[in-house]
Amino acid sequence: MSTKRRKRRKRVLPGYGLTLGITVAMLSMFILIPLASVLVYSFGMSWAEFWELITRPNVVQAFATSIGCAFVAALVNCIFGLLLAWVLVRYEFPGKRLMDGMIELPFALPTAVAGITLSRMYSDQGVLGRFLENFGIQASYTRVGLTIALVFVGIPFVVRALQPVLTKLPDTFEEASTMLGAGRFYTFRRVLLPELMPALLTGFGLALARGIGEYGSVIYISGNSEKEGTQVVSYLIMQKLNSGSVDYEGAAAIALVLLLLSFLLLLFVNLVQIAAGKRTQQ
Amino acid sequence: MKKQKERKTIQQWLLIGISMLFFVVMLVFPLIEVLYRSLKEGFEIYINAITAQNTLSALRVTLIAAVVAVAVSTFFGLCASWLLTKFEFRGKQALSTLIDIPFSISPVIAGLAYIMTFGRMGWALPFVEWVNDLFGTDISLVFSVPGVVLATIFVTLPFVSRELIPVMQAQGTAEEEAAAMMGAKGFTIFRRVTFPHIRWGLLYGIILCAARAFGEFGAVYAVSKARGKTFTLPLEIDALYMAGSADSITQAFAVSSLLVLLAVVLLILKQLVEYRGKREQ
Repeated sequence: MSTKRRKRRKRVLPGYGLTLGITVAMLSMFILIPLASVLVYSFGMSWAEFWELITRPNVVQAFATSIGCAFVAALVNCIFGLLLAWVLVRYEFPGKRLMDGMIELPFALPTAVAGITLSRMYSDQGVLGRFLENFGIQASYTRVGLTIALVFVGIPFVVRALQPVLTKLPDTFEEASTMLGAGRFYTFRRVLLPELMPALLTGFGLALARGIGEYGSVIYISGNSEKEGTQVVSYLIMQKLNSGSVDYEGAAAIALVLLLLSFLLLLFVNLVQIAAGKRTQQ
Repeated sequence: MKKQKERKTIQQWLLIGISMLFFVVMLVFPLIEVLYRSLKEGFEIYINAITAQNTLSALRVTLIAAVVAVAVSTFFGLCASWLLTKFEFRGKQALSTLIDIPFSISPVIAGLAYIMTFGRMGWALPFVEWVNDLFGTDISLVFSVPGVVLATIFVTLPFVSRELIPVMQAQGTAEEEAAAMMGAKGFTIFRRVTFPHIRWGLLYGIILCAARAFGEFGAVYAVSKARGKTFTLPLEIDALYMAGSADSITQAFAVSSLLVLLAVVLLILKQLVEYRGKREQ
């Protein structure tokens, strides 16, 4: 009975067939079919060939660099993202609106522009590069610089994921906890953090996914040296597409692994959101 | 529920201070750096750099790609969000996950995917050639302006739908259903009932989409190799920067300053739209 009613409800609004058709057609044409070509191309290889291509030392190293740096950057972003979101939601201070508006600068600024700018800033002649050199840290052309670039591109993901949740979270939570005698750190760890966890994990997952595949903002600052281990996966794929050393099979094999990683992260983010939705419904 | 002004404790000032420091070093410094470096060698070099033949050609390609990509993303976004928020059907969750693919995929893979579909070894190349023969055209879908447009569409496709879906979800379907019961036709329902609710969300999505379309680098870089013909502004910046001489690096920053300006304008527009949208609710 209830399914029958739902079926009739569905018919009330027009456009189901039309929008379904257009959505699926456009999605297939622009995204799914091109991606499927990469899959088909990789399946043309034998398993042994594929394995040989993705276990070459420089490929393994690029994956280690990309995943490692993106992971560290996403962690840094969780800490500072939480801090920024907290400050933006809970406190009033001069410059707050500017800060709120500029958090999304990394989304709006072209990655190539961010890349060359960061590379110059952190080089041994740049403002921040010279500052870091005082502490014996070389940023440009090392993994440190690479991670800094990834912090730059990833910060809005975490802040924007946390802000709406923090806004909805009443400060009576902390008050109650404090009244009951809990210390600040205890309140944060046991009362606030569990509430923020789904949003924090979502932001972490998105920043990590973006970081692992990032190209434009990292290639200038990283130096792309195989010896120093600063080549990222996207750089490796791009290198194989460039005239002179075209290697479609290698590119497809690496891309397939990268795609798989992205899908796992996408799945992770979706699962976190579904779990969070269930929790609030109860 | 306005909070009373309370005295801030030292810890609160400390938290604000640390965030400010992070904000200034990570986000404000780079902006200043671009502008400083672009004007370092004087105004004349700046003007020369942004009016160079290659820059103007790149600007043209960038604008074409961005306009088409925004139009496609808007049309797709309206259809997809109507479908996903007004109807229940099997596979809905899967479809909405698939739509988000471009967000979590390396843009380099987007470029690679188009090369493998339409490139020299691509399986769809015979089809493209067949169409070309049929109409006597000479269209190529990689290493050409249409290829640049396609790559830009790939990375920007879900931008509008992602902003619209939550807005339309919150709106529900009651109003539209009432309009339909009273005999309103499909497009009238959308125009008169749905659109007034979603216009700020739509504009917000379009702004984010435009920002990404103007700045896309990795995907376009894979399918565009001809400087002065199919290069976009980010690719031109890359070419100037990679040339390596002090002059060309300054020129790279001069061209960058154009895109920075655009980014700032888009951010301000976004703030205005957000503000208006909130006030209307």
